[in-house]
Amino acid sequence: MPEAHKPRPLNIHVQGWLLALPAVVLLAAFTHIPAVATVIDSFFSTPHGRRPADFVGLAQYRNMLTDPVFWLALRNNLLYALITVPVSVGLALAMALWVKDRIKGRAALRLAFFTPTVLPMVAAANIWIFFYTPDYGLLNQIMRAVGLGSVNWLGSVETALPAMMAVTVWKESGFFMVFFLAALQQVPPVLYEAARMENASRWMVFRRITWPLVMPTTLFVAVNALINAFRVVDQVIAMTGGGPNNATTLLLFYIYQVAFSFWDTAYAAALSTVLLSVLALISFLQFFLLDRKIHYR
Amino acid sequence: MNKFARLTIAATLAATFIGCSAASATEITFYYPIAVGGPIPKIVDGYVAEFSKAHPDITVKPVYTGTYQDSIVKAMTAAKAGNAPDVVILLSTDMFTLIDNDLIEPIDTIAKSESDQAWIKSFYPAFMENSQAGGHTWGVPFQRSTIVQYWNKDAFKAAGLDPEKAPANWDEMVAFGKKLTKHDGSGAVTQWGLEIPSTGFLYWMFQALTTQNGTVLANQDGTKVAYNDPKAVEAAQFFADLSQKYQVMPKGTIDWGTTPKDFFEGKTAMMWTTTGNLTNVRSNAKFAFGVAALPSKVHGGSPTGGGNIYIFKNSDKAKEEAALEFARFLTTPERAADWGIATGYVATQPAAWKTDAMKKYAAEFPPAAVARDQLKDAVAELSTHDNQRVTKSLNDALQAVLTGTKQAKPALDEAQAEATRLLAPYQH
Amino acid sequence: MSDRLTSSISTAAAWIFGLIWALPLLYAIWAAFHPSAYATHFDLTAPLSLENFTRAWAAAPFARYFLNTTLLVLGIMAAQFVICTLAAFGLARWKLFGGEVLFALILVQLMVTPDVLILENYRTLRTLGLIDTLTGIGLPYVASAFGIFLLRQSFKSIPKELDDAARVEGANTLQTIWRVYLPLARPIYVAYGLVSISYHWNNFLWPLIVTNSTETRPLTVGLQVFASGDQGIDWSVICAAALMTSAPLLVAFLLFQRAFIQSFLRAGIR
Repeated sequence: MPEAHKPRPLNIHVQGWLLALPAVVLLAAFTHIPAVATVIDSFFSTPHGRRPADFVGLAQYRNMLTDPVFWLALRNNLLYALITVPVSVGLALAMALWVKDRIKGRAALRLAFFTPTVLPMVAAANIWIFFYTPDYGLLNQIMRAVGLGSVNWLGSVETALPAMMAVTVWKESGFFMVFFLAALQQVPPVLYEAARMENASRWMVFRRITWPLVMPTTLFVAVNALINAFRVVDQVIAMTGGGPNNATTLLLFYIYQVAFSFWDTAYAAALSTVLLSVLALISFLQFFLLDRKIHYR
Repeated sequence: MNKFARLTIAATLAATFIGCSAASATEITFYYPIAVGGPIPKIVDGYVAEFSKAHPDITVKPVYTGTYQDSIVKAMTAAKAGNAPDVVILLSTDMFTLIDNDLIEPIDTIAKSESDQAWIKSFYPAFMENSQAGGHTWGVPFQRSTIVQYWNKDAFKAAGLDPEKAPANWDEMVAFGKKLTKHDGSGAVTQWGLEIPSTGFLYWMFQALTTQNGTVLANQDGTKVAYNDPKAVEAAQFFADLSQKYQVMPKGTIDWGTTPKDFFEGKTAMMWTTTGNLTNVRSNAKFAFGVAALPSKVHGGSPTGGGNIYIFKNSDKAKEEAALEFARFLTTPERAADWGIATGYVATQPAAWKTDAMKKYAAEFPPAAVARDQLKDAVAELSTHDNQRVTKSLNDALQAVLTGTKQAKPALDEAQAEATRLLAPYQH
Repeated sequence: MSDRLTSSISTAAAWIFGLIWALPLLYAIWAAFHPSAYATHFDLTAPLSLENFTRAWAAAPFARYFLNTTLLVLGIMAAQFVICTLAAFGLARWKLFGGEVLFALILVQLMVTPDVLILENYRTLRTLGLIDTLTGIGLPYVASAFGIFLLRQSFKSIPKELDDAARVEGANTLQTIWRVYLPLARPIYVAYGLVSISYHWNNFLWPLIVTNSTETRPLTVGLQVFASGDQGIDWSVICAAALMTSAPLLVAFLLFQRAFIQSFLRAGIR
């Protein structure tokens, strides 16, 4: 029987890095290097035809500050995050609470809630455009049936962005529900027993037991939703093309438009740098929050 | 490695190889958009098949690339990646952008023979206005149009209007619209008088109004715009008034793609849209309908619209030649007539209207000739350098006006400032 | 007592909410399975028809799109399994020189996904000549931080004794991974596989930019190109097409609900 051989320490490091090499190369090529290249590009002008790019310092950023569409995109994205995150997290928790109890029709409910998640966003978006169509779309038909007028959901500046937010929430909540289901399953039943013996109301049970114990999941899900809010683009392309009058233009969509429709590549790089910074900020937030695990004693 | 993994890898490799198989014939890629309803891909495939029979040494690969907007993005993205398509149908207004990015070959440098030159001269001059610049011809008309108004004759009768007469001027537009707009018991609108779509090609619809009001939005060279000319502001105000003041049109933006369906559903009694939707309307409207030239204010008129065939630059001259062959094939009088009949686009050459098929069609379906007759009042479509952005600034301003977010004059002043800034690098 | 009332109200609320939630999808199913004329009129006696599906199928090369998407997601999954396993193993088993930094750098990709850097990544593909290829679509995703993270977690929990036992029998690193770690981490692989397939089946922006021709176009891009707003829109056909593109995942999900949900769960639990 061959002797067990303990590899020399140096060998381990070499082996380990070799194993990780394909991943490292690909990540460098498609994540790290492009990120750095983007930031560098943002300090140059856009090459046009035969004119090469010149170093222009902060010119692109100065342009950005005076670009009303950029500010609108930023504002829209912040609103998007501010609203869809609490709503989808809240709904996900509610759905999980409903589905967890042994109520009738539980399997059908779970199905209804989770199905939107497996749809491609562009498929969901097209279905919702139909749903939102003025006058004879289903939503407006229902509204007219109950006496409210028809609303041009995607064509009015006031309602276009909320209408899109609804699609995001519809698609994401079911996904987050699953995480809450897992967390709820881990709450020790003995706590619920104790609460029952003390005749605590459902609300008390929620507030004192459930809510604090699922807090880590809530945070995890919230951060996920926050990141997703800044990567929304599929439904903008499919539903509104950014309109009306940029009311639904979001950052990543604007980057796509500037890069591939206007071919102003340096400006797109500057915009991307802003987006990268926002994502970096969120990740710092995540580190910070995850370290302070809020727990019920 | 298990069988499944091996199978997957093999399949993936096979797919990649199939993708880059070498062809012995000259292979050219053909990008085409669709902006109107109908079984367009089938028709295009039919043409490609016919072409292959007549030219066995050329293989055409047709690729449907979505809307006009999608298609210019696709074509430019591919070209900049070194994968340029060979022959593409894009908006005639994309001409300057394509020239500036050094992507297209002037047709007259490839089409050098006498018959080729006669071919270039065979199109309606109105359509050539967006096809020529700097002494060269950069595109040839393929699916060109003007805006026309469609009206629901049954709805007209029900409203007490003469079902054979469409509004002839702006005042009649409003008057007819008011009679046609119907409300139900609770005050909600069940039928609108008119729909002029405000997504997709808003600048185009607006151009119709400005032409009728006697002003032009851009110069022939595509270097200057006049968005805030007082007459343009007036036109924008009228456009907004239709929904806000006269209430004959729905508020907010009206979707380009849904407008024909609204018409079929009886949601609107009149609509403005491209003549390219004519066959779509004919197939789907379950009521008698009329088609007429647009109403006039100072005079009548409409911008031309639609797509030209462009030949992209290629170091392989054989491909450019093949592309030219295909372009000539697509634009013979017979085929132009066929395309016009299948869709409703205006057959692009006088010769096409003299073919038997077209003469018969126009005789049994007079609306087909409306758009062509309107050519005498037609103007070039808005086209400038950096076209996407310059047009977007106008679209955004108009959407603001139509949704009531801004007033006409300030909005157009802003758009003018933005457009002038964008066009600054192109002033010689 | 009042608890039972709250209970019933809660259940009723759940049902109503569930119904509302399912409404858009039910609407799409209604429109897809009835002729166009009934798309907006809810006549219960309307005839069922598959016409919309046949029209959608004929109007665009969906068969090719299905093939492309299937090859794409399977190819990506296979490559991810290989690359992520190797990297995760290296990071889980040994304390590498610079291992912490490496892992942190890898985790950056959780935030900075390829679609955020579309322009630069597009340029990279162009240099590599991979534009308009399935490989080009998948390459940026193959080294998945998520996968590496999951597998590393999982590998860490496998007892070292099993590793040592294998080595005693003369297995080298790769053989150890194959014989010991892979079988034990199988549930994680299933979970990750399902997540990966779902994600890439539904991915849109990146394939939109990378693909130009129908030979490489996946379903999502094909659907969007097909449903583009310029045409006279026929909602019934578009709904049919939308359902067609989602069908495989939907059916798989309906059949394997448990597995799907467990997978997403497992993938998310830290």
